[in-house]
Amino acid sequence: MSKLIPSAAKLFSGTSVITKAAAPAAVTSNAKYSTKSESTFEIKPFKLHKLDKGPAQSATLTAEDALKMYEKLAALRRIETASGNLYKEKIIRGFCHLYSGQEAVAVGMRAAMRDVDTVITAYRCHGWTHLMGVSLVGVLAELTGRRTGCSRGKGGSMHLYGKNFYGGNGIVGAQVPLGAGLAFAHKYRGDGGVSFALYGDGAANQGQLFEAYNMAKLWDLPCVFVCENNGYGMGTSVDRSSASSDYYTRGDYIPGIWVDGMDVIATREATRFAIDYCSSGKGPLVMEMETYRYSGHSMSDPGTSYRTRDEVQEVRQTRDPITSFKEKIVSAELVSPDQLKEIDTKVRKEVDEATKQAKSEPEVGVEELTGDIYYNNLEPYIRGIHPDAPLQHVNVVPRN
Amino acid sequence: MALKSSPVLYGLLARISRRSFSTSKALASKPVTVRDALNQAIDEEMERDDRVFVLGEEVAQYDGAYKVTRGLWKKYGDKRVIDTPITEIGFAGIAVGAAFAGLRPICEFMTFNFSMQAIDHIINSAAKTFYMSAGTVPVPIVFRGPNGAAAGVAAQHSQCFGAWYSHCPGLKVLMPYSSEDAKGLLKAAIREQDPVVFLEDEIMYGIPFPMSDEAQSPDFVLPIGKAKIERPGNHITVVCAGKATDTALQAANELAGKGIECEVINLRSLRPLDFNTIAQSIAKTHHLITVEQGWPQSGEHCY
Repeated sequence: MSKLIPSAAKLFSGTSVITKAAAPAAVTSNAKYSTKSESTFEIKPFKLHKLDKGPAQSATLTAEDALKMYEKLAALRRIETASGNLYKEKIIRGFCHLYSGQEAVAVGMRAAMRDVDTVITAYRCHGWTHLMGVSLVGVLAELTGRRTGCSRGKGGSMHLYGKNFYGGNGIVGAQVPLGAGLAFAHKYRGDGGVSFALYGDGAANQGQLFEAYNMAKLWDLPCVFVCENNGYGMGTSVDRSSASSDYYTRGDYIPGIWVDGMDVIATREATRFAIDYCSSGKGPLVMEMETYRYSGHSMSDPGTSYRTRDEVQEVRQTRDPITSFKEKIVSAELVSPDQLKEIDTKVRKEVDEATKQAKSEPEVGVEELTGDIYYNNLEPYIRGIHPDAPLQHVNVVPRN
Repeated sequence: MALKSSPVLYGLLARISRRSFSTSKALASKPVTVRDALNQAIDEEMERDDRVFVLGEEVAQYDGAYKVTRGLWKKYGDKRVIDTPITEIGFAGIAVGAAFAGLRPICEFMTFNFSMQAIDHIINSAAKTFYMSAGTVPVPIVFRGPNGAAAGVAAQHSQCFGAWYSHCPGLKVLMPYSSEDAKGLLKAAIREQDPVVFLEDEIMYGIPFPMSDEAQSPDFVLPIGKAKIERPGNHITVVCAGKATDTALQAANELAGKGIECEVINLRSLRPLDFNTIAQSIAKTHHLITVEQGWPQSGEHCY
C-alpha cells in the first residue's frame, strides 16, 4: 500500500474536487524505471442507490496496469487533439464531437471488461472505438471519410463500429434500448456477457431510457446503463435540464452507483463491480460517471456562452483525468516520469502517423454510394435522380 | 383495442366463394385463414431456427391481440414468446439491438399505427445500420402487424404505412394478400438478413383461402420482390397489394361482365418493387390503374 494516499479526511470530504497526492520525496525525476510492482489506491467514495454494498473503496494497480491505462488515456486525448486539428483544416467534415476530459470513463471501463461484453454509445465515440480494437487509422480515416476508415468513410464521426462495439449512434438516447437489446441477446444465448449502454446527461431525460430501464428490470437483463454526466447536454446544464441530477438514482427500482468519472481507477473498479453484479443474474445497474467535457458540444460550439472559461480551466488544473492519474502513479513509485514521457512520445508518433495516413488515403469510389444498402439485395437497380440512369447495388463486404 | 368484426367479414366471405383463384391446384385444397397461415409461418420458423423469437404487446399469454401468435407461448415458453409492456419505442429498440447481436426477432406491433411511436428504430436503427457500418452489422429483424384501415375505427387507426416504409432504403416491405402470400412471405422475411416491414390486414385475418399441399409444407417460401398475377387479362393492368387486391379482384369480376378483362397484379412486395412484371403487363394492355389503401398524395402514383 502506498503511503502517498492523501488523508482519509480529505478523500472522504465529499467535494467534487479530487485531492492531489503529494509528490513524494523519494521519486526523482530521472528515475528510469519504477521501483514498485504494485500499489494500492484509495477511491473517492461511491454513492449507492438501493445497494447494500458497492465497489471496493481501494484498488491495487500493477505497474503494468498503470502503464497500459496511461497509454490508453494518452492515446484518447491525442486522437481528439488530432481530430480537432483535422476539423479546423477542413479535412474532417460534418460532425465532430470530442471526448477530451472524459477519457477516464472509457479507459477504466474497458480495463475491466471481458471479451464477451458489448458496448454501445452515443456520438462521442472516437475513443471508445479505438479501445474496442479499431486501429488509430481505422478511427481517424473514418473521420476523414476515407476508404480505410472502419466504416469505409460512410459512417463518419458518429458511426464507428468494431467487434462487440455497436456504435456510435447519432440519435440521442436511441442507443439505450439498443444496448438493452444487446443485453437481451447475452441473456438469450446464456453467454455470460454484459452490455454497456452509455449515454450523456442530456439523453438521460429521453423517454425511451425509462422504457428500456423498465424492461431491463422486468426481464433481469445483464445491462449496465452508464450515464456519462459531463455537466451539459449541448449548452444546457444538468440543473437546467433535469429535475433530479442524481442520475445514478434515476433508474428508481434499478440499483445505481455514482462514480468519480475523472478517476480511471474508480471507473475500473465500478465496472468490475457492475460486471460481477449483472453477470450473476441480478438484473441491470445504473452507473453515473461524473465527468467533464473540455471542448464545446461539437466543433461549431466554442463552449463558452453557457459556462465560463474559468470553469473549464479550473477542471483542467484540478481534476484532469490524465494529469491526476499521472501524479498518482508517479507518486506511488509505480512508474517513473521517464516511462510516461516515453509513452507520450510513442503515442504522439503513432497518432501523427495515423493522421498522415488518414489524410492521404483515397475516398471510396462513387459506386459505393449504393454499396451495402442491403445484405441481400433483391432490387434490380437502385433508383437515382433520373429514371433512365439507375444505379447498381454493390456488395462491398463479402457475404457469408 | 377492440377486435373488430363481422359485417365486413361476412361480405368478404360471400365474395370469396364466387372468386376464381389463379392456383388451380389450390381449389381442391384445404382452406386456411390468413391468421392461421401467419401462425404456421412463425411456428415453423421458430422450430427451424432457435434464434427466432417473438416479442410485442399481448403476444404470449393473451395469445395475440388478433390471435396471430395463438398457441406459441404454450409451445415455446417465456424465453421465445415475450409479452412486452405498452412501450413501442422501447421494445422496438430492444428488438433491433438483439438483431445487431445476431438474434432474429419478430417484433409485433399490435397495429402498425403504433409503430409511429417506434419509427426511429425502424428507420434510423434498423434500416440504416448495415449501410452506415459499411456492411459490418446486419439487422435481421421482422416488424409485423396489422396495417391499413380496419372497419369503423377512425383516423388514428385507419392508415396504410406502405408508402411510409417503402420510401426508406435498407428496408424490405412486404404486403401479403392471401394465406399463401402470408405464409410464404413471412417465412421468407424471417429468413432474411435485412430488416423487413411486414404489413398485414386486420380485415383479412379471418378470411380462409385454399392452400395447396405445397404451400402447407414447412419448406414453402415465396421469393421476396416478385409480384403475382392474380388474374390475367388483356385490356387494363390493375396493380395492387394486400387487401386492395381484394378490391381489385371484385372490380375485375364486375368489369368482366361488361367485356373488359383486367390483369390484376398482386405486388406482394412494395420494396423491392417488381417493376418488370408491371412493365410487361402494361406493354400488353397499355392501361394502368393502381389501387392502394394509403392516402393518394405521394402514394403509388409515384412509381
